[in-house]
Amino acid sequence: MPTTLRNEAAIAGIGVTEFTKNSGVSELSLAAQCIKAACDDAGLDPSEVDGLVSYTLDSTDEIEVARAVGTGDLKLFSKINYGGGAAVGTILQAVMAVATGVARHVVCWRAMNGRSGQRMGQGVSGSIISSDLIHWSWYLPYGMLTPGSWIAMVAHRYMRSYGATAEDLGRVAISQRNYAQTNPRSFFYGKPLTMEEYLASKVIAEPLRLYDFCQETDGGCAILVTSRERARDLRQKPAVIRGVVQASTRGQEQMTSFYRDELESLPEMELAARLVYGQSGLGPKDIDAACFYDAFTSEILMQLESFGFCGRGEGKDMVRDGALDIGGRLPNNTHGGLLSEGYIHGMNNIAEGARLIRGTSTNQPKSVHHVLVSSGVGVPTGAMILGHD
Amino acid sequence: MSRPSRIKPALGKDNAWWWEQASQGVLAIQRCSNCKTLRHPPRPMCGECRSLEWDFVKASGKGRICSYTVLHHPRFPGYEYPLIIVLVDLEEGTRFTSQLVGCAPQDVDFDLPVQMVIHEDADGFRLPVFRLAGAA
Repeated sequence: MPTTLRNEAAIAGIGVTEFTKNSGVSELSLAAQCIKAACDDAGLDPSEVDGLVSYTLDSTDEIEVARAVGTGDLKLFSKINYGGGAAVGTILQAVMAVATGVARHVVCWRAMNGRSGQRMGQGVSGSIISSDLIHWSWYLPYGMLTPGSWIAMVAHRYMRSYGATAEDLGRVAISQRNYAQTNPRSFFYGKPLTMEEYLASKVIAEPLRLYDFCQETDGGCAILVTSRERARDLRQKPAVIRGVVQASTRGQEQMTSFYRDELESLPEMELAARLVYGQSGLGPKDIDAACFYDAFTSEILMQLESFGFCGRGEGKDMVRDGALDIGGRLPNNTHGGLLSEGYIHGMNNIAEGARLIRGTSTNQPKSVHHVLVSSGVGVPTGAMILGHD
Repeated sequence: MSRPSRIKPALGKDNAWWWEQASQGVLAIQRCSNCKTLRHPPRPMCGECRSLEWDFVKASGKGRICSYTVLHHPRFPGYEYPLIIVLVDLEEGTRFTSQLVGCAPQDVDFDLPVQMVIHEDADGFRLPVFRLAGAA
């Protein structure tokens, strides 16, 4: 029995549906399609899948997915809470299962009609019936109803304290939009963005503009996790999971951690960094590329600091130096990210992390030994590091 | 047809008392009866000493703007835009999320002193909001 998860498991398959604004099919269909695609990618018959993990926000039940896809007997089924904070958390479930023999082939997925169905950008104004209703009731009466409004409050304080500007956020948006120009899956494929266009875009929630927001997307994305040994038998080059962790810290709320002494940092991301570096035996110097969760541009600046790529308040300096661009110190979201490829709640960022290890990104940097991937910002979250077999 | 009104809070055992105080014109801050720590938002147990016993203090309503955002889109029925949302550091030491009223968006800034006032909607719903200190 392993006493660490380091190098015990690997991503052996990735599968995505088409990303659109109106899929015309059910979320269950999207889930089945992307899971089948992940199995095909790995060269694995879906009947060999024995574990399924998704998000609590996902509407597709494990057993419905199992019937639709024709999986084998299920030995693990689990859902992770907290929106996009679940992304890497699903992988942790899978890695623990394969490392301990609980399950052999686990698929993690997120399928959503995020534009034509339930829109995240519409916030919680609709029919929320959940145990955290009282939490949201501190904000709804005041009109604070959307993810943009919650993130803006933290971003504003951060920008003021450290002198980050609208142009700095624009640099993040443009960097990722540039990557999207070579990625046909991307919503913004063939649609580059200039700083003039960025600055002229309408203000949604000061200081955030339209292009600081991610896409509302219909689509599915699945990640197949198996043991490192088993991954070698399958079709694709394994992306070995060096470390994978979840993290939530004192004063944590869901999107509204406004009551901590300081608002200018992300304590849960700093914990995720400590844990994932500790588990993997790696540090920021070992990381060559990243897929930081990017529902909003401001989150990128703050995460550069959380994960130790620069000091406090220096995220802006890294983007001014072009560090996130191709050829930079830390190419980030080389598929375009949630901002430009599509918003599949962070699962598509994990897929790009695996592509970067395989060497198949449409913006493949010259040398990638390790990729850092993070989950949602402002919520209980997680992080993982991928490397070569 | 009546004007649409703001979304009302869901009321449960852990927060109904606070909104009852607000309806009476009070900005309440929950206080642990054992270790006297103030806490907001209210919770059933003290995170410092785990006591289930609590009472509350009436806030002076004086504070400073810790952060803010001005909301333009999307526009929901029952709210007026641009809508200024403020995080206020109350002088008692807790922080409170609220709305800034009687202020043009270009006049709001970090660290400005603010004063709580009770706002009453046309339907009679009352909630604490803030004005810039010294503003009429």
